[in-house]
Amino acid sequence: MKSLSKVYTALIFIILYAPIAVMVLFSFNSSNSTGVFTGFSLQWYKELLNDSATLEALKNTLVLAVSSSCIATIVGTVAAVGISKIKSKYMKNAINTVTNIPMMNPDIVTGISMMLLFVFATAKLGMSQTLGFSTVLIAHITFNLPYVILSVTPKIRQMDKHLTEAAMDLGCTPFQAFCKVELPAILPGIISGFIMAFTLSLDDFVISYFTTGNGFETLPIRIYSMTKKRVTPDMYALSTLIFIAVLVLLILSNVAEGDGTKKKARARK
Amino acid sequence: MQNRSFMARLMAAPHVVWSILFIVAPMLFVFYYAFTDSQGNFTMSNISELASPSYLTIFARSGAFALVATAICLLIAYPLAYAISRANPKRQKIYIMLIMLPMWMNFLIRTYSIMAIIEDTGFVNNILGYFGIEPIHMINTDGAVIFGMVYNYLPYMVLPIHTVLSKLDNRLLEAAADLGCTPVQTFFKVVMPHSRSGIISGITMVFVPSVSTFYISQKLGGSSFDLIGDTIERQFQTAYNYNLGAAMSLVLMIIILVSMAIMNRYSDDEGSVVV
Repeated sequence: MKSLSKVYTALIFIILYAPIAVMVLFSFNSSNSTGVFTGFSLQWYKELLNDSATLEALKNTLVLAVSSSCIATIVGTVAAVGISKIKSKYMKNAINTVTNIPMMNPDIVTGISMMLLFVFATAKLGMSQTLGFSTVLIAHITFNLPYVILSVTPKIRQMDKHLTEAAMDLGCTPFQAFCKVELPAILPGIISGFIMAFTLSLDDFVISYFTTGNGFETLPIRIYSMTKKRVTPDMYALSTLIFIAVLVLLILSNVAEGDGTKKKARARK
Repeated sequence: MQNRSFMARLMAAPHVVWSILFIVAPMLFVFYYAFTDSQGNFTMSNISELASPSYLTIFARSGAFALVATAICLLIAYPLAYAISRANPKRQKIYIMLIMLPMWMNFLIRTYSIMAIIEDTGFVNNILGYFGIEPIHMINTDGAVIFGMVYNYLPYMVLPIHTVLSKLDNRLLEAAADLGCTPVQTFFKVVMPHSRSGIISGITMVFVPSVSTFYISQKLGGSSFDLIGDTIERQFQTAYNYNLGAAMSLVLMIIILVSMAIMNRYSDDEGSVVV
């Protein structure tokens, strides 16, 4: 039984990683085929460094992910605190339901609904072209907000409310109490919300695709337009680099965490 | 005192304004476009056009593909999540990391990579050819599209199920066995009911993207057939018939709302979303 489950787990992981392995392999291919491996070369990595449109798209994606996740984290955290203070159950439910709409809706519906709004607003305001960075940013903040609120709210609920009152009894202003007592208590929720928002924004294709116009291209959109034709392996090279970066980050964070727990264990002794 | 709590509640205000502007208003526009023609006059023709056989086939096909993909995901993911949840904590962490890692690759690239593997002149057929086996036609079939969905969305099924199963107390299983349950009975009477909320959130997390995808069907299904996502995408990006596209999105939204309502009847009060 035990070995059967091991074989099964291994099999699933092999299938899960096969496309990635193939991608890594062919990023080193010496010809532009993605089916036949003709020999090792680094030419696609060189090509990637010279592909200014792809690098521009990479930069756009990073700028978008950082700005949208920062704004969503700030607005979302403040909102989560505010929502937790609302007493009317009806009001709370209404806000939460609306907040969760982008999470429940398929991406394509969220994307086109925002596109319709932007197109309509553009026409009414008589502007020629508004779809671009700002509209994609608005869209990303919107779909990031529920994830931030969702990860901050439980931390607020877990927090002892008397602590805030104690801080104010001891002379803190409400703002000081918020910064010195509440904020540190809910910080883990804020951080995990931020990471989730950042990841989602980095990876989003569908919503960006519908809310962007000519001139602003994120990496997934660039990949989409490139895969309409035959992909050259420089896309594989780029994905390999991203994959390695993520892998290293994950391993580092795991090692750091492991060290932390070891230290804690030692301190306890 | 009263004043302070009012100030605190005011903190929700920016978010509320934002939600009204960019969640509620866009939804209203979907309704508006779905029930108007290109001149802005009220019409039911967009909706009635969707009742034609060609569109009904598309809806039925999308629903069927997504259902099959979701069922396969569940069948594959459940044993996997169970096996992972019974491993020691350190191992579990590594397994979960390995499940999540592919999600960090852009799904367009992953799908494209699958295409390169299963093409007629792709990786698999090259290897088969090396052994003198006739090439197998896999790309542009129903199976390829469903495989793409299962491949891309499997982690969304594994993670929530693992979350609930890892909380399952081993002593419960032992108690069930002591009280005379066979392993099969233990599974259906103890393990399954405990993991229901995870299964339900897994099903929604796989079904929703599967039923609305357009990239997977474009790449792995070729142009041989359309799914709802393909049709909507075309209305907005090439045909520029926003009204018909909005009507289709509305129907898609209703399909999903109805299926979620059905799902929620089977879930216990807490278990709507487990991530």
